[in-house]
Amino acid sequence: MRNEKTTEQVALGIRRRVFEHAIRNNGGYLSQACSAAEQLAWLYNEELRLGAPTLPRVPKPFGGVPSAANPGYHTGAGYNGPAAPDLDRLFIAPAHYALVAYATLIEVDRMAPEGLEMFNQDGSSVEMIGAEHSPGMEVHNGTLGIGLSTGAGLAWGRQRRGETGRTWVFMSDGEVQEGQTWEAVQAAAHHGIDSLHAIMDVNDQQCDGAMDSVMTVGDIRAKFETFGAACVEVDGHDLGAIRQAAREPHEGRPLIILARTSPFRTMPILEERFPRLHYVRFKSEAERARFNTSIAADLGVDPIDYAH
Amino acid sequence: MVEMVSRPYATAFENFAAGNPDILCLSADLTSSCEIDGFRDRHPDQFLSLGMAEQNMMSFAGGLGLAGFRPFIHTFGVFMYRRPYDQLMASIAYPRRKVRLMGFLPGVTTPGGMTHQSIEDISVMRSIPNMSILETGDATEVESICEAADSIDGPVWCRVLRGSVPRLFDTPIKVGEMRVLSEGSDVLVVTSGITTEEAMRARSALQGAGLSIRHLHLHTIKPFDHKALLDHIGSVRHGVVTLENHVTEGGIGSLVAETMADAGVGKRLVRLGLRDTYAHGGSRAYLMRYYGLDALALVRGIEDLTGESYGLTEDDLDAARVDEVHSLVKAEAL
Repeated sequence: MRNEKTTEQVALGIRRRVFEHAIRNNGGYLSQACSAAEQLAWLYNEELRLGAPTLPRVPKPFGGVPSAANPGYHTGAGYNGPAAPDLDRLFIAPAHYALVAYATLIEVDRMAPEGLEMFNQDGSSVEMIGAEHSPGMEVHNGTLGIGLSTGAGLAWGRQRRGETGRTWVFMSDGEVQEGQTWEAVQAAAHHGIDSLHAIMDVNDQQCDGAMDSVMTVGDIRAKFETFGAACVEVDGHDLGAIRQAAREPHEGRPLIILARTSPFRTMPILEERFPRLHYVRFKSEAERARFNTSIAADLGVDPIDYAH
Repeated sequence: MVEMVSRPYATAFENFAAGNPDILCLSADLTSSCEIDGFRDRHPDQFLSLGMAEQNMMSFAGGLGLAGFRPFIHTFGVFMYRRPYDQLMASIAYPRRKVRLMGFLPGVTTPGGMTHQSIEDISVMRSIPNMSILETGDATEVESICEAADSIDGPVWCRVLRGSVPRLFDTPIKVGEMRVLSEGSDVLVVTSGITTEEAMRARSALQGAGLSIRHLHLHTIKPFDHKALLDHIGSVRHGVVTLENHVTEGGIGSLVAETMADAGVGKRLVRLGLRDTYAHGGSRAYLMRYYGLDALALVRGIEDLTGESYGLTEDDLDAARVDEVHSLVKAEAL
């Protein structure tokens, strides 16, 4: 399934939707849209082999958690199409990027725009921290660092069954502080899991602020390579570079693309809030109005009329 | 003499898993310690070495489950929930993956001390939604644990005995049921795992002293048949004594207490096990005596319940073990 839009248009659309949502709700995960829009747009609009969605365009309400007493339970993976041997799978490892991921689903016409209005509403499946049952999600990743391991297990299993579909994991750089990430890479390398692919949003930010101020992680490319992965580092806003990175040969090894990004990309006014960018909540109506005017101009749209 | 079976899990797992491509054998650097070294050597295609990296192993197993496999994870029980609890919860329990968690060295069955002894695992597992719990108490149960675990639609925590294991029963585990080892009318004794053999020794000695014991052995701790337990409690005069290779909080003592409280049963309950304490390293027999997990401790607990003294000594209980365990079981066709 291929979208009519260019990937650049999808990325711009993601940022516009996240911007509108954040202004209307007096805050949101704005910097994640700045840094990750090209990566998610590229995955959904170009790179991933996905079938048509199997779930309704307007998300169903929360349908209960998995249990023996809930036989109708299903995950939100159907927004990425069916699970088929020749198709790809995607995990959003940092589930805090959910708002950006939902905006992506809308831009590539897999979810209705109304879906974003359900974000973080009581009784909705469109949860703030993406849950298994949230649109586009297949596993719980809100506890950071578990996504790559799960992807490695799924990818190993699919290779064992002779499936040609790949397993992709969208990651965030903060996850390299978790020991499990390194356990996952060494296991994927040891077992030759080369159908495992990851693209990591390296925006140098985490909840407390700039990563260097919280916990220095050093040269993560060298570390990934030492642990046995193939690793390519690119400008995460340069779609040509990302496309090229995905073609890197990596037989017998997982491929990890480090997408170096800016958390202010296309919204320079956000730099005022540095280093607390993880979730931007406006401190006053005046600030909200100023951000509205500034970002709207940057994204080429009218300011949001949030009073109505 | 009771029959001792050498490494029953090794044979049982291989018989169960070999040739079934959906069953995978996962190990975290304790392959021979979990008796799967022979399986690794003879069935390498079904064996996955995941190293000393339990956090990844749990989530990796969740991914395998998502791909339709049924992984059997092998390591010491304590390493499978303390460090990787978050991964156990998010990657296995929540999504109801068919992962079979084969936890070796339950409670004080290891001289390895605090870091190796899983003394609160049942408490933890009972509180995890979607988790089932099985515990082996003899060689026959070890031999049937793989089929039993694999019959469950969701994750299963198993307490597995290794090495030389006594054969007490001659029927396999039937998930959801409990074994009725004797049908006395004075006191109900509820045990699981290695404490059942202790209770069988105490039981025969106490019966010699004129006390009628009703004895239940639990191989299935979750799900649990509360009504069956209540019927047994209703059949005894004094009350209930539980004995477990586990802390007294959250295990089968708590399970019985909750069942009694929920039903408003007005009988006494004496819970025996590790009493709000860690254990240390030592032999199993030493630890069971030191921490009050053995037949003598059970006799004292029953005396506490009934308010009588039966004049039994350690020698009486040792004698009971040799003469009675096997024949009693056979007589009751268990």
